[in-house]
Amino acid sequence: MSGHRLAAGGSGIDRTTPVRFSFAGKSLTGYAGDTLASALLANGVEIVARSFKYHRPRGVVSAGPEEPNALVSLGVGARSEPNTRATMVPLHDGLVAGGQNAWPSLRHDLMAVNGLAGGLIGAGFYYKTFIGGPRGTWTRFFEPMIRRAAGMGEAPTEPDPDRYESAHHFCDVLVIGGGPAGLMAAKAAAEAGARVLIADERDGFGGALRHERAAIDGRPAPHFAAALAAELATRGVQILPRTTVYGQYDGAFGAVERVVDGSNDPGPLPRQRHWTIRPREVILAAGAIERPIVFASNDRPGVMLADAMRAYVNQYGVAPGRRVAIFTTHDGAYRTVRDLAAAGVTVAAIIDARPDVPHAAKAVAEAAGAELLAGATVAAVGGGKRVETIVTTDGRRIAADALGVSAGFMPTLHLTAQLGGKPEWDAALSAFRPGALPTHWHVAGAVDGTFGTGEALASGARAGAAALTALGLAVPDTTLPETDDDLLADRPAPLFHVPGKGKAFVDMQHDVTAKDIALARDEGFEAVEHLKRYTTLGMATDQGKTSNLNGLALMAAHLSRPIPDVGTTRYRPPYTPVAIGALAGETTGAHLRPVRRTPMHDWHIANGAEMVAAGAYLRPRAYLRPGESVTTAYVREATAVREAVGLVDVSTLGKIEVAGPDAAAFLDRIYVNAWGKLPVGKARYGVMLREDGFVFDDGTTWRLAEHRYLMTTTTQNAAKVLAHLDYLLATAWPELRVHVTSVSEAYATMAVAGPLARATLAAVVDGIDLAADAFPMMAIRTGRIGAADVRIARLSFSGENAYEVFCGAHHGLGVWETILAAGAPHGIQPYGTEALGALRIEKGHVAGGELDGRTTLHDLGLEKLAAAKPFVGSVLMNRPALCAPERLRLVGLRADGNAPIRTGAHLVGPSGRSEGHVTASTYSPVLGAQIALALLANGPARHGERLVAADPVRGGETPVIVTPYRHVDPEGSRLHG
Amino acid sequence: MLIPCPHCGPREVSEFTYIGDATKVRPAPDASADAWSDFVHARRNPRGRHAEHWQHTAGCRAIVRVTRDTVTHAVYGASLAGPWGEGEAR
Repeated sequence: MSGHRLAAGGSGIDRTTPVRFSFAGKSLTGYAGDTLASALLANGVEIVARSFKYHRPRGVVSAGPEEPNALVSLGVGARSEPNTRATMVPLHDGLVAGGQNAWPSLRHDLMAVNGLAGGLIGAGFYYKTFIGGPRGTWTRFFEPMIRRAAGMGEAPTEPDPDRYESAHHFCDVLVIGGGPAGLMAAKAAAEAGARVLIADERDGFGGALRHERAAIDGRPAPHFAAALAAELATRGVQILPRTTVYGQYDGAFGAVERVVDGSNDPGPLPRQRHWTIRPREVILAAGAIERPIVFASNDRPGVMLADAMRAYVNQYGVAPGRRVAIFTTHDGAYRTVRDLAAAGVTVAAIIDARPDVPHAAKAVAEAAGAELLAGATVAAVGGGKRVETIVTTDGRRIAADALGVSAGFMPTLHLTAQLGGKPEWDAALSAFRPGALPTHWHVAGAVDGTFGTGEALASGARAGAAALTALGLAVPDTTLPETDDDLLADRPAPLFHVPGKGKAFVDMQHDVTAKDIALARDEGFEAVEHLKRYTTLGMATDQGKTSNLNGLALMAAHLSRPIPDVGTTRYRPPYTPVAIGALAGETTGAHLRPVRRTPMHDWHIANGAEMVAAGAYLRPRAYLRPGESVTTAYVREATAVREAVGLVDVSTLGKIEVAGPDAAAFLDRIYVNAWGKLPVGKARYGVMLREDGFVFDDGTTWRLAEHRYLMTTTTQNAAKVLAHLDYLLATAWPELRVHVTSVSEAYATMAVAGPLARATLAAVVDGIDLAADAFPMMAIRTGRIGAADVRIARLSFSGENAYEVFCGAHHGLGVWETILAAGAPHGIQPYGTEALGALRIEKGHVAGGELDGRTTLHDLGLEKLAAAKPFVGSVLMNRPALCAPERLRLVGLRADGNAPIRTGAHLVGPSGRSEGHVTASTYSPVLGAQIALALLANGPARHGERLVAADPVRGGETPVIVTPYRHVDPEGSRLHG
Repeated sequence: MLIPCPHCGPREVSEFTYIGDATKVRPAPDASADAWSDFVHARRNPRGRHAEHWQHTAGCRAIVRVTRDTVTHAVYGASLAGPWGEGEAR
């Protein structure tokens, strides 16, 4: 219980507003303004998480977004979110958080034995230790075991109950980061009249100023920052706190605003809002990340970044321990010493790797009463579950319960490098700085390697001025606030690793140790991208923010090469993890794409239809009467079509009007069959191919007038066919005088089918002679049904005498009901897609299952349709392999017995190999048998053969007999009924 | 990525549907299977400046010839495909 709340202080918390929360089942109290991490430290919670691989106890390391250790599960049930950084969660009343990756508890984790087996699970262990051995040992034994032991929290299994929003924003200047540099840059830009957006990932503005004790313009730094942010708001600057600009894309930035943080119910608000921001100029003022040092047991709870300690003391009024030691290589960490001492915390010792510590720093140590060990390094920390002693390289043991570490700061340059920018090594900083910047980019503050509040403010003003100049705006005069900077972190002695005994962690989140880096070198994974993948360095959710540079430095030392020669891995978006929900925004569920409804949709629903998705439409699968299943319903419906009459809504078919003097020539090139001789008032079935010679789509096209055709397409391909026609007219045949227009939604379409179809229509159609010879097959007539003008074509998909009726969409429901009433004496029944499917399978008409993009005319028995003329695909369809007899070709199947044949089942013969597959199956009421269509190798030559339709995934094997694909009425005599 | 549609002006890429390489020349109808196979299947996948066909599906439906850098995704210009395009749109 070393971490504790100080009696006074904490510029960011409100001690009059206690906040109750729970962690790992314990009720705790913090204050408004706390983060979960500061509240846990204040409550003396040391072990916040268990590590990924070795299940070592881990505590809070940082006070910001770079946190590698303090990952918790936030919330419960559907709102629970694993791997949340405790340092980034503002505390709120009722917050529920839990440790993860530990069993049975964080304090007593039995999985910690993994630490003892460390020799087995070093870098690349899964490639070496477990793969091999008897077949199945990996998938049945080792993989499940490792998956249980090595984990990063659990995702909820319930659907996300929250709403996410998307927003687009355009501005002149985007300022990323709201510290002193960012605020100053935004101020300069706003004063000149530019449209400015400033985003900061924290819940307030000020950046490092929020935990700074020095005064600015005579005011406490946090007050100065808050006042400056408030001033920006009055100047019309768009201010987004809790907003992470996570990625740069083509001309746009992605950002996520956490509108309502934590586990509570957001009510009417979205939980997060995703911003796509298109700025003209960008100023990156994202600050810098403190770099830890690699030494033995550097992951013990109590080992923290030195500047993070300062944030806890100054901003949250929380002491990280009672006897604190500091291990550093630069003056900046002495600010922590000074602030700890000012807060009444004992500073036991300062271990400074520099032999010559500057006078100013020495003075701070002296004033704090801290022993200064110059030229010393920390070899290890002692203590089982938290820091108890500090062991220096020359053997000194210092009693301490916390250790602040800092080897300098690394500019947060990620966004500058995401589009391929190369960071440059800065030897003075021992860190990479942004290299050549993309156009319209400016950097300010610590990203640019400047340190100290005064320099940050000046650098921000300069970047603002540069952006204004680029925008062609006048640069206003700026007076810089007065600051008092000392003890800068700008010249750290380069120190990355202190050799010693015991596990020394480079990447704490992925448990990558110094030994793993050496192993990677020994095994030849020297290149930085190989090092990353072999050891998983930097591949955890923190993306190696605190660890990548140390890993590179260790590899460079092993190779005796300078760090910049080793290089960095690619920086890829996102900068911090982004919830999938935020990316999806509102486009989920029914909003993913609009559902299309036919004009008769409501009637279907009101009459018992069970609906099924067909393209973007919902179509009736079958109309269920009370007590009926889909199967009994479709058998009844299909029987009605074969024996009396049925009515089906086919409004979902694609309908494209093709008009112009060259329309027939165009159709000749699109379809495999010839169109020149089709007379006005007649329709024809056509098949079109893709350019590569495979079947694309089919349907009937009607010649309405000399230069006007109505093309129908399948429901699924309606949009694709139109795009195909648009493309060919624009690029291949611009000389053709043809225009194509989608008229799919203009018409309601229905088919009246069955032996009594003519009698049904005869009762309601005016102006058309329906007699068989007056209205022959494939003919088109116009007339009226009630108040509606109708166009009727005598076409059949079911194999029965049938008529397709087109009317204006707004007349659809009226015509539908009129035909049903006319057919009532004949026993008319509406039928759905199941019956439609049964009827077409009986007839062997191809549809979606057969037109799967892999079949040719020849495969489908349609080769006779192809006319001797060039058309799309005509050359490539004749390639020898596409005409080979052993190709999968269309056949029928009939079950030997009553078991259904499953669509998708494989056809297996004595060879035991798959020789084809089932494309569509049904029970045929007219045959009283289970039948199917299938694609079978050399199928037409195998009628009568016995095979098994096997479905090893869903289970089931059905003996089948191969038949011709026309199961019913192969001569087509019923059509003329 | 914004594409300057010759009809509609600069529009978000999400309004467009990618079609393919605009530099391939369609063979004559009676050309050999090899020529057709090259047209349908063979693509250079160049690094840098490239011409592509896109359709403004959620706009005017025009087929647009877009000149674009495949590395930086910079869009240099767009014109109507076929004989209607005269130079590149501003």
